[in-house]
Amino acid sequence: MALKIVKGSIDRMFDKNLQDLVRGIRNHKDDEAKYISQCIDEIKQELKQDNIAVKANAVIKLAYLQMVGYDISWAAFNIIEVMSSSKFTFKRIGYLAASQCFYEGTDVIMLTTNQIRKDLNSPNQYDTGVALTGLSCFVTPDLARDLANDIMTLMSHTKPYIRKKAVLIMYKVFLKYPESLRPAFPRLKEKLEDPDSGVQSAAVNVICELARRNPKNYLSLAPLFFKLMTSSTNNWVLIKIIKLFGALTPLEPRLGKKLIEPLTNLIHSTSAMSLLYECVNTVIAVLISLSSGMPNHSASIQLCVQKLRILIEDSDQNLKYLGLLAMSKILKTHPKSVQSHKDLILQCLDDKDESIRLRALDLLYGMVSKKNLMEIVKKLMIHVDKAEGTTYRDELLTKIIDICSQSNYQYITNFEWYISILVELTRLEGTRHGHLIAAQMLDVAIRVKAIRAFAVSQMAMLLDNAHLLAGNMQRNGICEVLYAAAWICGEFSEHLQEPNQTLEAMLKSKVTTLPGHIQAVYVQNAAKLYASILQQHEQAGDKKAAVEITQILIDKLPQFVQNADLEVQERASCILQLIKYIHKLQAKDIPVAEEVMALFTGELNPVAPKAQKKVPLPDGLDLDAWINDAPSESSSDDENTKKTIFHEEEQRSIRHRQPEMDEDELARRREVRKQEQANNPFYIKSSPSPQKNYQDASGVDHIPVVQIDLTVPLRVPGMPLSDQYLKLEEERRQQQRQDREKKKKKQKRDKKGKRRHDSLHTESDEDIAPVHQVDIITEEMPENALPSDDDDGKDPNDPYKALDIDLDKPLTDNEKLPVRMHRISEKKSPEIEAAPVEEKSKKPSKKAKKEKKDKEKRKSKEKGGKKHRKSYENPENEFAAPEEIIAPTLKGEAENEKPTEGSDLDFWLSKAPVQSKSQTESLKNEEASVIEEISETKEEEEAKSSKHKKKKHKKEKSKEEKKSQKKKRHSADDAPESVQNGSIDDELLPPMSSYFLLAESSFVKMTYDIQGNLQDGSQVVVSVIFENQSSGYLKSMDFNVLDSLNTKLIRPEGSSKHDGISVPFQLPPDVSNEARFVFIVESIVMPQKLKGTLTFIVKTDDGSSHEKLDFKLHFTCTSYMITTPCYSDAFSKLLESGELKMSAIKVDRISISFQLLLAKICFHHHFSVVERINSCASMYSRSIQGHHMCLLVKMGDNSISVDGKCSDSTLLGNLLDELKQTLTESC
Amino acid sequence: MSTEPEAVQAVRNLWWCGLSGRMIKAILVFNNHGKPRLSRFYQHFSEDMQQQIIRETFQLVSRRDENVCNFLEGGSLIGGSDYKLIYRHYATLYFLFCVDSSESELGILDLIQVFVETLDKCFENVCELDLIFHMDKVHCILQEVVMGGMVLETNMNEIVSQVEAQTKLEKAEAGFSAAPARAVSAVKNINLPEIPRNIKVSNLSPFV
Repeated sequence: MALKIVKGSIDRMFDKNLQDLVRGIRNHKDDEAKYISQCIDEIKQELKQDNIAVKANAVIKLAYLQMVGYDISWAAFNIIEVMSSSKFTFKRIGYLAASQCFYEGTDVIMLTTNQIRKDLNSPNQYDTGVALTGLSCFVTPDLARDLANDIMTLMSHTKPYIRKKAVLIMYKVFLKYPESLRPAFPRLKEKLEDPDSGVQSAAVNVICELARRNPKNYLSLAPLFFKLMTSSTNNWVLIKIIKLFGALTPLEPRLGKKLIEPLTNLIHSTSAMSLLYECVNTVIAVLISLSSGMPNHSASIQLCVQKLRILIEDSDQNLKYLGLLAMSKILKTHPKSVQSHKDLILQCLDDKDESIRLRALDLLYGMVSKKNLMEIVKKLMIHVDKAEGTTYRDELLTKIIDICSQSNYQYITNFEWYISILVELTRLEGTRHGHLIAAQMLDVAIRVKAIRAFAVSQMAMLLDNAHLLAGNMQRNGICEVLYAAAWICGEFSEHLQEPNQTLEAMLKSKVTTLPGHIQAVYVQNAAKLYASILQQHEQAGDKKAAVEITQILIDKLPQFVQNADLEVQERASCILQLIKYIHKLQAKDIPVAEEVMALFTGELNPVAPKAQKKVPLPDGLDLDAWINDAPSESSSDDENTKKTIFHEEEQRSIRHRQPEMDEDELARRREVRKQEQANNPFYIKSSPSPQKNYQDASGVDHIPVVQIDLTVPLRVPGMPLSDQYLKLEEERRQQQRQDREKKKKKQKRDKKGKRRHDSLHTESDEDIAPVHQVDIITEEMPENALPSDDDDGKDPNDPYKALDIDLDKPLTDNEKLPVRMHRISEKKSPEIEAAPVEEKSKKPSKKAKKEKKDKEKRKSKEKGGKKHRKSYENPENEFAAPEEIIAPTLKGEAENEKPTEGSDLDFWLSKAPVQSKSQTESLKNEEASVIEEISETKEEEEAKSSKHKKKKHKKEKSKEEKKSQKKKRHSADDAPESVQNGSIDDELLPPMSSYFLLAESSFVKMTYDIQGNLQDGSQVVVSVIFENQSSGYLKSMDFNVLDSLNTKLIRPEGSSKHDGISVPFQLPPDVSNEARFVFIVESIVMPQKLKGTLTFIVKTDDGSSHEKLDFKLHFTCTSYMITTPCYSDAFSKLLESGELKMSAIKVDRISISFQLLLAKICFHHHFSVVERINSCASMYSRSIQGHHMCLLVKMGDNSISVDGKCSDSTLLGNLLDELKQTLTESC
Repeated sequence: MSTEPEAVQAVRNLWWCGLSGRMIKAILVFNNHGKPRLSRFYQHFSEDMQQQIIRETFQLVSRRDENVCNFLEGGSLIGGSDYKLIYRHYATLYFLFCVDSSESELGILDLIQVFVETLDKCFENVCELDLIFHMDKVHCILQEVVMGGMVLETNMNEIVSQVEAQTKLEKAEAGFSAAPARAVSAVKNINLPEIPRNIKVSNLSPFV
């Protein structure tokens, strides 16, 4: 056996390890895939071996291959095997691989629950750490539910390293198992004030993230965060908090007012750019949330803009980028203050960095005015020409359109200019936004009536030149523009200069290469155009031309009839038949133009997208009511037969009707329909309101159209069309200004008094009169439309919705986290004993049982909760142990808080803002006093409910606290705080070891330490360090103890109670290693000694010999205690409850410092300091079975007295004896 | 100027729009040729998808000049999303974080620096080779900095001391038996191809 292991380890040396694999891959650059598949085969072989080291080696190689892109999910089970190794080295590898490839869909993940729980509760902090890290990557709802309580317990772990990880992972647990949020939240809140800054930061992190998603539930935490903000020096924490305030202020404007002062102070004082930036961001958010009526705040805005300008001007591109980003937020509410920095932003448009240009573009959107729009767009057009890369150019294109079309074309004074810009944009190659341009063209042409003639002429030109662009249009979507062009030319054909030419352009054979939906529009609009041409010819009496044009259509349309696109085919064949019919009529010399025109009469008005939704529901109409009687289910057969009959009938009638459809009939029907529509109150039609009545109010003729000589060629070589308009517009404005000036001069002569006011030379937006009185037709809305605008619903799939939970409500009994427990469920439901065997085969039944278990747990827990004040020895109570102290007190707290919470917040918020000139020092003090005032008022309320004693006690305490805090604040050391959590053993103290000598011989030395198992109230873990003191090799070590009735060693399944446990390692000379053994304990009130023996083989050069070593394991009462932090209010409640037995000891001749003494008690006896005042300290600890142990340690002259209170007097007595021994020894 | 293939577009959309509770969505390290040296996704993607993402981000990042800003918006490039790419370029390696708006941009930039400096400390003049051959250790270090997509620790000394404590623990576990393996490995390492030895962690002025 031993030989095999040695051989295995030698073999292993020549196995490929990770480095070899990497090296191999690098050496096989040509046939990498082949080499890797070879390696995977080897890995598969290695995974089949029993040796865990070999397996771990294989798994780490797999993790590498995963990164390179190979699927390794097939090895999931092996990964779990490696995870469950007892060695940290392998465990870490296992968890690493798991975190790389496990996810919710991994089916074997459910096998890991117990392993992870075991690791979480491991006495080695790094086992716990690695398990938490791994779990954070693949936590599933099931794992979250099963492990929530374990993780919650870890949040109070003694080691900050574990606490911070546990706090962070709670966020993941909340996401997967939202029910855990409420029970866990109070503890999470506590962690905001953890003495370790890492833990604090983690808690801030989690709460900020929760609050970001559902801010309103966290508003009550604002005072606490405010305190943190004014006291914390950790910039990471500050950034998070400040970001959080940004999310909270929109909900509570008063909070914003309170924040402005400290934030501006921070802005002035901080040197950290990131903090400055976040402060500015939050101030912006605050200012946005405050209504504009506030004075003073223009100063804050100015400060922000100023600071941002500094950022933007910085040579660091990152700061420049962020400055622009923040600027865009100010822009929304305070455009004026940003507009003054236009120069800077335009400058950024020329930056070589694309990200910065994009940000600058965003800003431009809000900076345009009637005055500068043309100028800015011109600049952008230059950029469009220069731009490399389609993405940036597309971005420019959309921005141009956004800027121009914003708020209903508010800033456009000259639509001819805009149309020409759009036409210029169509010359862009490779843009994806053809449809955007098309939509703009349609929108402008339809809504700006005065522009139609111009738009039509431009569109006709586009259609004529379509072939020029057709080559690259096909691919890149700019051809969408033709859709708009064709429609505009068809619909407003009366404005066409040369309709014949346009019609021909629309019927070119090249058109058939365009996408189907565009061809369909072409065909339809060719028909419209035809109708208008026909009418012109008939009116002119030119019959020959009329017949000619008909002939052209008859010739050209068939190419569309054969089109692959159904829509095109259908329209073409319909129209072709119609034209042929007209052709016949024309041959008979009958005038048809009137009737053909009638096909297309009527104006198409734009309808608002929300119009349908906004139609009010008429009185008496119930949309949910059945129109007919609800169909009875039994009559389904009848239904069927009826249906078929009906269906057939209809088909027949349609077939019958079709041939009858002729022109007259159509016209008649249309007339009837119009009549119907006119009488129908629900039909949406153009309303006769004065605004919308564009038809007669302003005909084309009344509009003072700008003098554009359309006979000049529209494209001047070397100068784009839009530039001409720009020039024209400038001239026009010049003219206007001059006119105005003349008028003014006249006025001046009349009234000299107003001179100063008038002589302001800046041209405001209002001064610029648009070229023509453009009436923008507003989109149609139904009459008396509902004014509701909140129709954008929330995403129902939002995972954060589940976390929208009211955290201020008191906890109810059934809201506790599921806690794992064996004994009670086994007692109550014997059938579960068989469960472990069945579990693997029957999954569904397992779940059902689990639920049942949970229920029972809850029930019994409620019971436990009720009894818990009466008797602590109640064995049923064990499982609830970790929560006992915290849960009831928090409950109490929550209940007290609830009614006062709202008013507390109000009180806090209504306080006058902190003085601006006060330094941070006084700021802190004031804040602290505010908080204390709050707590005092709370106490007063409590006092009414007959808790006089406590009130007194607490008040005194808080006063003392206040004093001492004030004293110590200057020295700024966190020593007094760190004492509070009993973690001082980490700092400034001489090294202490909790390991005691177990036994020693010339071969081996054993030292041991006993720790209670946090999770299981009946287990303790004995860690034994074996140290080889001989020159030989120690192997086959076997550890055995003689069980007592009370205490039993847990042996592997299948071994009898006399068998030993083999120690899982061998020891070379001078090497030591640690092994752990778990014991079950029934009663913990008495210390106990167990006899045991270690047998082993010593192998030296001379040969090997069997040796043994006897020892006595001493289970002290201390070893059953678990360091548990306790807060002073919970502690005082506990003392008051009056159910604790009391006892005291006194030790003389103490020479060590009080600090060291406390540290020793903390370290050796697993206590934590609740509170320390001068030479007096209260301490707390808890046994694994839930006994509370409170100590009051007082230091006199050379003596120390310890008063103890505990729910069990025997335990207390024994523990004090042990304590006494430690203290006498140490002095 | 070819438009992107649809597949890439689809990947992008999936990659950016996926809803998840991650503040840091992914951490990638790749070299100047786009070879992955470390990939850590805090949201599940299939291996193929991961490779596509690495390739795509490499393309985005590698065509940027040295002296431009270190932020790349997935959002405005692809269309309305909460995520940003924040990266730093050290000699042969790109370190890239994909984060959402809850993280401070400058903070993450500093975090990258902290991570790299920690690597530098733990490996004693870290170079690309260290990352290539000791992926597990790099992960181990990263785990002390970022956990499950959330910033865990920003203090370099704390990170280094935790990493060292774990290394010590591993060494104690391996004890005697690991020595020959180390020797063999040292022999194998003699003939390594030439690769720049140092990624030159300069001392940047921190933002935080």
